[in-house]
Amino acid sequence: MSETRVARQDTAPPPSSPATLQVVPVRHPGRWLATAVVLVLLAMFVNTLLTNPRFQWDVVGEYFLSASVLDGLRRTLVLTVLSMVAGLVLGVVLAVMRLSPNPVVSSVSWFYIALFRGTPLLVQLLFWFNLSALYPVLSLGVPFGPSFVSGSSNAFITPLVAALLGLALNEAAYMAEIVRAGLQSVDTGQSEAAQALGMARGHILRRIVLPQAMRVIVPPTGNETISMLKTTSLVSVLSMPDLLYSVQIIYSRTYQTIPLLIVASLWYLILTSVLTTGQYFLERRFSRGGTRSAPRSLWQRLAAGLLVRHSVPAGASGEAR
Amino acid sequence: MTGRAAVQGPAEVLVCADGVRKSFGLLEVLKGITLDVRRSEVMCLLGPSGSGKSTFLRCINHLEKIDAGSITVGGELVGYRQAKGKLYELKDHEVARRRRDIGMVFQQFNLFPHMTVRENLVEAPLRVLGEPRERAGAHAEQLLERVGLRDKIDAYPRQLSGGQQQRVAIARALAMRPTLMLFDEPTSALDPELVGEVLDVMRDLAEDGMTMVVVTHEVGFAREVADSVVFMDDGVVVEAGPPEQVLTAPRNDRTRSFLAKVL
Repeated sequence: MSETRVARQDTAPPPSSPATLQVVPVRHPGRWLATAVVLVLLAMFVNTLLTNPRFQWDVVGEYFLSASVLDGLRRTLVLTVLSMVAGLVLGVVLAVMRLSPNPVVSSVSWFYIALFRGTPLLVQLLFWFNLSALYPVLSLGVPFGPSFVSGSSNAFITPLVAALLGLALNEAAYMAEIVRAGLQSVDTGQSEAAQALGMARGHILRRIVLPQAMRVIVPPTGNETISMLKTTSLVSVLSMPDLLYSVQIIYSRTYQTIPLLIVASLWYLILTSVLTTGQYFLERRFSRGGTRSAPRSLWQRLAAGLLVRHSVPAGASGEAR
Repeated sequence: MTGRAAVQGPAEVLVCADGVRKSFGLLEVLKGITLDVRRSEVMCLLGPSGSGKSTFLRCINHLEKIDAGSITVGGELVGYRQAKGKLYELKDHEVARRRRDIGMVFQQFNLFPHMTVRENLVEAPLRVLGEPRERAGAHAEQLLERVGLRDKIDAYPRQLSGGQQQRVAIARALAMRPTLMLFDEPTSALDPELVGEVLDVMRDLAEDGMTMVVVTHEVGFAREVADSVVFMDDGVVVEAGPPEQVLTAPRNDRTRSFLAKVL
């Protein structure tokens, strides 16, 4: 077998030397077809945006920066920031409780998470809003003892307070699981090494474990923030004039439903884009030492055409609320 | 066999273990370990896996709690306080204070991956001992010089080879100026060609008079560097003595059959 091959090679004239051989890449006619289809659909989409007068782009422009829309925008931002901060703080507390060796403490955290993740956020918001039906009077004092301050629930539970309670307490349950996953992702050898160096528990958590846990915590927290920004639109059921409810108020008067919904959507899009960019830089900050090569700058990545988009880590977020 | 490492010389006892017992659940891994380590002594713990040697090492700096017996380092109990015939477990920060003088090197290096080599070395001296920054930094450079990694001071651990990481880990432990160094299978996670560089650093430390307790499978290192070798099996000290005795002319059958397998 091998002998015949050798013989043939010897007799046949060499086709051409390897250096002059041309490489022909495999053809992908399917890709060209797909590109054509997508381009046609894209052209149709742009065409309808420009030619369908019912989009009423002039109305969009008219209301985009109007005072009531900007007011709603401000409320949406305030709600997002306050709920996320409160949710994050309470989430860290719940995560630490969940990992506590004390069974009572850890089951309370487990139960909290089960309760707040197990019921729809909309129901929770309505529940807080209607708290006065359950407790007409709220008071602060010694448990089972005298109270120092008390007042009517209706006065205390404004739409803002109900919205914040609902959003933050719900968010805390999700953040608790994210933080717990982050803390548990850090190898126990890390805290052992730190202990062996004589570091105390708080020092180890702050300087050794949390910074490493952040690599796992930041991406889903970014998703949570983006999700929260949009979830705040639920508070329109509490008649709280956030971004969505503000445009609803306008179009219920002017009947320009579509252009005003576009105004709200554009603002949501802008804000989520800003948040996504912020998330990118946060992740870079916490990925120090994560790879063997030094991290490249944003510009280097753009230049390399490798700007990565951050996908939702499985199970970390994106669950139906 | 008394189980006490017989070492010549009048040097003072630094580590004194007396009847140390430890169980994980129903499994008793240490069944009464009694041994002394003298100042400047290098003791190698040998034995088959599961014999309890790593657990014993971790008991010395209280990474594992002991169930009975006692361990003192420099005359002080490590994780406990003795009063009225009982041992009271110490609080976290008190244990931390006593651990400062005991350096430990792990099989998996356990460098802090989010910190550079320099930050790994100065973190504990700065924040635990409260050393001034310049002093801790200068000491770090000096230690890295000693382990031959002065040029890696700004690298992150993941940019280093296993052998380099372990040498940094040794330097990090030394940065606390410990009186005792514990090594938990320091070369077991290394590629064979990287073992030598780590053993060289340890040999250098031993020559400098550091007291060392080394859990290892490197019988050659034990023979060459150790002052005493302790052979453990099934949670007890089977044989202890100078390396030429334990490694060359073991008196116990279990030691003999173990050495026959690893040599």
